[in-house]
Amino acid sequence: MEEPFALIDRLRRAAALVAPGDDGGMASGRGFEVRLAAAQLHEIHALSEGEAASGAGLALGCALTVGARPILWLRTEAAERQGGRLHGPGLVAMGLDPADLVVVVVADDAALLRAAADGARCPGLGTVIAEGWGAMRGLDLTASRRLMLAAEASGVLMLVLRVGGQVVPSAAATRWSVASAPSRALAAEAPGAPAYDLELLRRRGGPAGARWRVEWNRDTQSFDPAPLSGARLPLVADRAVAGPAPAPVRGAG
Amino acid sequence: MPIERLRARRPHLFVARDEAPIAFAESVGGAIRLAALNARAVAAGLSVGLTLADARARVPEVEIFPHDPAADADWLERLAEGARRYSPAVALDPPQGLVLDSGGVDHLFGGERGLAEDIETRMARRGLIVRLAYGDTPEAARALARHAGAPAPDEMGAIRRLPVAALELDEDACAALIAAGLKSVGDVLARPMATIAARFGREAATALRRLTGEEDSPLTPRVVAAPIGVERRFAEPVARTEHMLGVLEDLTAEAARVLEERHEGGRRWDARLFRSDGEVQHLRVETGQPTRDPAVLLRLFRERIEALADPLDPGFGYDLMRLDVGLAEKLDAVQLRLEGGEAKSEAVAALIDRLGTRLGRERVRRIHPRDSHMPEQAELLLPATDPAPKAEWTRPEPGEPPLRPIHLFDPPQPIESLAAETPDGPPARFRWRRKMHDVARAEGPERIAGEWWRRADMAPPTRDYYRVEDVRGRRFWIFRHGLYTETERPRWYVHGLFA
Repeated sequence: MEEPFALIDRLRRAAALVAPGDDGGMASGRGFEVRLAAAQLHEIHALSEGEAASGAGLALGCALTVGARPILWLRTEAAERQGGRLHGPGLVAMGLDPADLVVVVVADDAALLRAAADGARCPGLGTVIAEGWGAMRGLDLTASRRLMLAAEASGVLMLVLRVGGQVVPSAAATRWSVASAPSRALAAEAPGAPAYDLELLRRRGGPAGARWRVEWNRDTQSFDPAPLSGARLPLVADRAVAGPAPAPVRGAG
Repeated sequence: MPIERLRARRPHLFVARDEAPIAFAESVGGAIRLAALNARAVAAGLSVGLTLADARARVPEVEIFPHDPAADADWLERLAEGARRYSPAVALDPPQGLVLDSGGVDHLFGGERGLAEDIETRMARRGLIVRLAYGDTPEAARALARHAGAPAPDEMGAIRRLPVAALELDEDACAALIAAGLKSVGDVLARPMATIAARFGREAATALRRLTGEEDSPLTPRVVAAPIGVERRFAEPVARTEHMLGVLEDLTAEAARVLEERHEGGRRWDARLFRSDGEVQHLRVETGQPTRDPAVLLRLFRERIEALADPLDPGFGYDLMRLDVGLAEKLDAVQLRLEGGEAKSEAVAALIDRLGTRLGRERVRRIHPRDSHMPEQAELLLPATDPAPKAEWTRPEPGEPPLRPIHLFDPPQPIESLAAETPDGPPARFRWRRKMHDVARAEGPERIAGEWWRRADMAPPTRDYYRVEDVRGRRFWIFRHGLYTETERPRWYVHGLFA
């Protein structure tokens, strides 16, 4: 039997998933910060394969904002093949010392989940990132619940990074979708700091559906709210050029 | 030898036709010739070197198999591994011999005779015919085993009665000896050594000295004996995995005691399970930190067994288990657990060991810096248990956007540049993986010349790298392979993706 105070404490911790800033408002932009609670399972979805790098950036940023190091990054061979390997100088450029990172490449999703469960149980780790591409069949309610319980017991920040897969029900505390956003240009139209469009798809015990545009600040190791003026092109042109292809319409007859 | 390999590997071929003449054929200089025969084939009049057509004409019922020296060598290796149950010093004597240093171990088997009997019965169980001989030197033992001489009262007498072929000189020297009327080793030994050396070459004299033990020739064992090894023999073979793991636990505990006395911990542990029919199964476990904790090791061994492609096959059971500590390092008697950090890094090291044992050491890795300006060579992926090389990452300037991608493609992926480009600019539009990308922002070029000093003949083309961002905010690291002055129509590649 759990101590009542401990139980309340646990519930309170579960509720404080996204720690709000000073004004408590997340959508206002001011004082907002993305801080995922450690000792929980969170899901990050890069909904298309082209957003894999954004997903990796957000996952890495989430680990860095809460200082949850060292990081165990699990990837499938498919991720390594299609998405490219994690690049040391690029990780340094995001603000991670690669000495704090162990990369594990596994053969398939089953091995990925097994290794993730082992990692989530290890109290010496700060973060476990399990990156799977496509439909992760093994990741069902049971498997995610297991990861969640392991993370609660060990205090590890457990992130499941999914690239190009369908969203399925899971026990994750929060579920985010991430897409790259136009950065604020530097001098001479050079691309600036990484910017993302985030959407909170699901949040246990709280409202969801909010969207933000954030910018990764390596020097302060935090996500800053990004002004929407970053979009240089009009929205219409944006959609016409690179938007998702319209659903095929079956011709009549 | 090939026959015996075949018999062991494909027993169904030998059911009820043990007596068929069998030959192994290989193609030599355009013709297919016999390379090895069984006794029955020899009796039928075949000989090594005969062409296949001749052999078939002479003995129509002969069965021909392809000669495979590599498989034979492999088979010999396995036998050598199995022979380690008798002595840690086992040397290969290809193509078909093994040399064991039985000094100091034969009393375990009831003397030389007992050891010989054990080897004979064990090999006979697998259908192997062995010819055994003891000698004071490896050469003497080998010569006696290979070249059956006449019976003799002692070793020297037996060596004297060996034919000169036992010296294993080249054919000319051998023929010359016989032509000189020297038919046995004893005949040669009767002459002064100087005369032999002068007339038949130094090799002949050396071979003689080695045979008689006047000159030492060291045995080169296949495997260097491990510094610490413990073993357990069973009167009855053990077939259950659980029981086997129990014994393995005892062995690790025993090895741990030895290590503790030496203030050491093992980093590489080799368990060898010797099956009663001579097969050996080898399980290796490596740890990043020296350890002597039996519970940890047993967990790693379990992982190793689970990760085996073929499950452990005890056959008729194991009758000997050996555990060697191949690599030992200093480990203080009491682990420092005062600081929380120490316990934490220990937990991570244990996790790395477990994952490495299950998935393979090279799949669990760390990224280390490497001093090269070629992007794909600027990092070094090493197993996480390996020590870090001395090098430093280049730290980015504050306020600078990431200049290197988080994902790197190796090799780079070709893209199709669709819009006209200025000589020093990136394409305004490109296609990658069948998707169109319109470049909204770009920075570059960052010129990276090929490492011309690595290739003397010609330097690889220069690469001009650009950081580009498309209208949706996807950031790419693309490069043009070659300057316009270097190549007619340079190709474009995407080398990485920024987060």
